[in-house]
Amino acid sequence: MASLKELSTKQEGLVGGHRLCAGCGAPIAVRQILLASEYPVVVSSATGCLEVATTIFPYTSWDVPFVHSAFENTAATVSGIEACYRSFVRQGKTDKKIKFIAFGGDGGTYDIGLQALSGALERGHDFLYVCYDNGAYMNTGIQRSSATPRGAATTTTPAGTAVPGKQQHRKNLTEICAAHGIAYAAQSTAGRWQDLTKKAAKAIEVDGPAFLNVLAPCPRGWRYPTPDLLSICKLAHDTCYWPLYEIEDGKYTISYKPKEKLPIEDFLKPQGRFRHLMAPGNEGLIAQLQADVDSEWERLLRLAGEQS
Amino acid sequence: MSERILIEGNEAVALALKLIDPDVVAAYPITPATEVVQKFAEYVADGEVVTEFVAVESEHSAMSACIGASTAGGRVMTATSSQGLGLMWEMLYIAASLRRPITMAVANRALSGNINIHCDHSDTMGARDAGWIHLFSENTQEIFDNMIQAVRIAEHPDVRLPVMVCYDGFVISHAREVIESLSKEEVQSFVGKHKASLSLLDLEPKTVGPLDLQDYYFEHKRSQAEAYKAVPGVIEAVGQEFGKAFGRSYAQVEEYNMDGAEVALVALGSTNGTIKDVVDGMNESGKKVGLLKIRAFRPFPAELVRASLSKVKAVGVFDRSMTFGGWGNPLFTEIRSAMYGTSGNGCCCGPCIPILDRVYGLGGREISMAEIEQYADEVLAVAKGEQVELIDYIGVR
Repeated sequence: MASLKELSTKQEGLVGGHRLCAGCGAPIAVRQILLASEYPVVVSSATGCLEVATTIFPYTSWDVPFVHSAFENTAATVSGIEACYRSFVRQGKTDKKIKFIAFGGDGGTYDIGLQALSGALERGHDFLYVCYDNGAYMNTGIQRSSATPRGAATTTTPAGTAVPGKQQHRKNLTEICAAHGIAYAAQSTAGRWQDLTKKAAKAIEVDGPAFLNVLAPCPRGWRYPTPDLLSICKLAHDTCYWPLYEIEDGKYTISYKPKEKLPIEDFLKPQGRFRHLMAPGNEGLIAQLQADVDSEWERLLRLAGEQS
Repeated sequence: MSERILIEGNEAVALALKLIDPDVVAAYPITPATEVVQKFAEYVADGEVVTEFVAVESEHSAMSACIGASTAGGRVMTATSSQGLGLMWEMLYIAASLRRPITMAVANRALSGNINIHCDHSDTMGARDAGWIHLFSENTQEIFDNMIQAVRIAEHPDVRLPVMVCYDGFVISHAREVIESLSKEEVQSFVGKHKASLSLLDLEPKTVGPLDLQDYYFEHKRSQAEAYKAVPGVIEAVGQEFGKAFGRSYAQVEEYNMDGAEVALVALGSTNGTIKDVVDGMNESGKKVGLLKIRAFRPFPAELVRASLSKVKAVGVFDRSMTFGGWGNPLFTEIRSAMYGTSGNGCCCGPCIPILDRVYGLGGREISMAEIEQYADEVLAVAKGEQVELIDYIGVR
């Protein structure tokens, strides 16, 4: 894997000047993933923060070929691009080695884009799908998605006097993707450049579909001070709220095992979206969240053949 | 060389696809267009095309993949019908706005609910403002010929817009007719090599489909609207060139027995064939009825319609779809708008021709020659001053 110094000399695919918020995980993840590619890439993006903030006409931050058409269809769009590439290769119209990457937020991936993603994974297109997961529809103003964690306050699951935030457990999209029998699926994070670079390079190298689920915190939706992005990521990994792992041809590998697994409160406390959980009477919800994390972590360890 | 073959409508579409041999076909099965996808899949399985066939998981993904493949620089085609077209809805506008020269065959079928698999024009009429060029086909020969011409029209550098080739579900899609086919060489020579206006695969940095706000969106829509001005000339030129090459010329509209006609009927699609028979019979018995067949519904050939219908004393429009709550139905409103204010600067004092609208054939309801003749007689009576219901139905209880 390239060192940070070597990566710093590479030409960036997503350049500055975009209007994503300070403290947003998405552009960090995208830059890191594009830097990890040893091949020229064509990028497709779902509608979302990443797309609207990087392509405000007549400007663009994309220094690679980029297409956006709609919200729920970036996997289908990239299917068409990749199919055309295959056709061109077969006809001898191109001999370049090109890789294809689709980006979508959790709304565009877990929810409205799940069908198109599932179809593209099943058809076996040679592409990498990256979900930058910030756990809600941040672009439209922090509405709940099926990636929103239990207990979080969003604008459609507000912390009310009768209902304290989202009541349901989040969907396990990484394993849903892996269940398609694809060669590579992994969870990574905007907060660990080595982990993300390594996984992105592996995923891009795969001949066929690959899926990366990248934790990409959102200061507006999660309510943390913008400089705290990396520490929030670290807490997500150290509490095992967001385990870092890979599934390669069905084989599970844990990428990061905290020396000391921190209680989930450590991840919740710095975030305004969980503030209401700290009020007396909501201890049960925290206990439920802890139980969710514990059972998920134990299950992953078992699947990876590791001891807790 | 031309060859006379007996073929079903859907198979004729698939055959045209094979002869065009596009870079990518992304499609999803739906009655009554399913055989297009099935037959084309056979060509793929037997290695008869270079096309990359993407059997997508929905029509929304079909059009999305078509847009992706077209943006990658490929020649791209698909087929659908009814609910499938409905599911593509969002992407139809985007395909046109991104100026993607995609060709799509649409077997016209009623829209749910209730669910009905048979012919009417509700599906493509619902998409009439999406920015696509709409060519209607009277019979199997016309579908085949329209598919081939559509590629040239869509990809013309002054046009670069998607085209839908409409043909009546079951009436044409499942009927066997003898057509003059063409060889692969003839079709390849006519459609020529695809010259993409852009390709993501050239690896030059570019951003397609950006966020477009108050300061530019309107200009982009205006420039898109300007593109449609070039379309009529291109449809006519391609239709003429097709005629020179293969002996069958095409235009935006077709006049049938309009010379000396006292009244005119106007229709889309396969009903034109039946109307022609009725017109022949009525002409023989001295009734001066003509037909104006609309082949290009989008862009709407208003000037040609005006020139043709200004010669008659009354017009009877056949509408095979409805605009619920609107005043009159899709074809009628276009015809009437084209005819209104034909003198001077949009003055209302035009030729003042009575124009009737009759909705017929929804959900595949048959229309008989007797019903057509009865309507024509009604239009003749109106031409002589009789008062009738302006907007009404044919063949409904």
